[in-house]
Amino acid sequence: MAYLRDGLVTKRRWVDDQEFVEYLAISQTLPGLNATNMAVLVGDRLRGMRGALAALFAICLPGALLMMIVGAAYQAHGGKPMVIAALKGVAAAAIGLILATTIQLGRKSLAHVFDLVFVALTVFGVDQLHQSVPRVLIVVGLLAILWYRPRKPKETAQ
Amino acid sequence: MTQLIALLRVFSYLSILTVGGGLAAFPEMKNLVVNVHQWLNFNQLIHLYSMGQVSPGPNMMMIVAIGERVAGIPGVLVVLVAFFGPTAVLAFFIGRLWTRLAKWPWRASIERGLTPVSIGLLLAGCLSFARGAVTDWGTAVIAAIVFLVLLLSKINPAWLVLAAAIVGGLAFGPKIV
Repeated sequence: MAYLRDGLVTKRRWVDDQEFVEYLAISQTLPGLNATNMAVLVGDRLRGMRGALAALFAICLPGALLMMIVGAAYQAHGGKPMVIAALKGVAAAAIGLILATTIQLGRKSLAHVFDLVFVALTVFGVDQLHQSVPRVLIVVGLLAILWYRPRKPKETAQ
Repeated sequence: MTQLIALLRVFSYLSILTVGGGLAAFPEMKNLVVNVHQWLNFNQLIHLYSMGQVSPGPNMMMIVAIGERVAGIPGVLVVLVAFFGPTAVLAFFIGRLWTRLAKWPWRASIERGLTPVSIGLLLAGCLSFARGAVTDWGTAVIAAIVFLVLLLSKINPAWLVLAAAIVGGLAFGPKIV
């Protein structure tokens, strides 16, 4: 994300900082990968539907080609004991990496103690109760949205 | 042909589950591609997902390798359209609408409320992935070291992954000597 911000805001000046934060919030709220959502939003902002399509293709194509090569190599050599052993190490590193990324994201975006309750409810629903993601999303999501519903100015007392 | 239709259905469904990131769809992806369709086993999914995680590009691009495995190049194309199409269309239209709703009070509530839920979905994805990736003391130690080093320093994760591959090869591989 820092990389994306650097490219879009600092170098190219395609969007300003405020727009970037706004698009990031939309990207994270909507389903879809943050990077591809961001590409669609910024592409649309600059050149409409064509821009959105071009940006989506550009962000997908290199990775897709790379993963096709990786997939073919894995198909050919994935059964070798040495490859399995090395990938066991890589998978262990990957869980360390994704857990660190998730914790860092959480530290940045969770502000209230009730946020942790909603995090816990979601994890419990998917991981322990084995409920489908859409069901958990609808139940816990609605609960959380209602919890943070718009208050009348009187209540928020500025 | 039936396989292509199955790929289309599975990956367009997974597409709309990626709230917060691709990892949110991992538990459901495991269920569908491993248990239901048996396109690959859990271990192979873990391998491909970790390689996708450490490759440049969107982190879920490893789905391309699943499409390739199941149905060759047509499989790749179907998976790409199925997985990236629906959310791109959604981002396009909701994005336009959302910018216009800047003053709508519920907008902030929705963003505020869905943030912890999306973090929860990512964590559930981490747990599901960890069950396949952390299987013994050795993998637990590697995962813990990578986790701590990343939280405490700004090192490029690629070095840690490379080190983990070498350590994995040496520790878990066939004895060379």
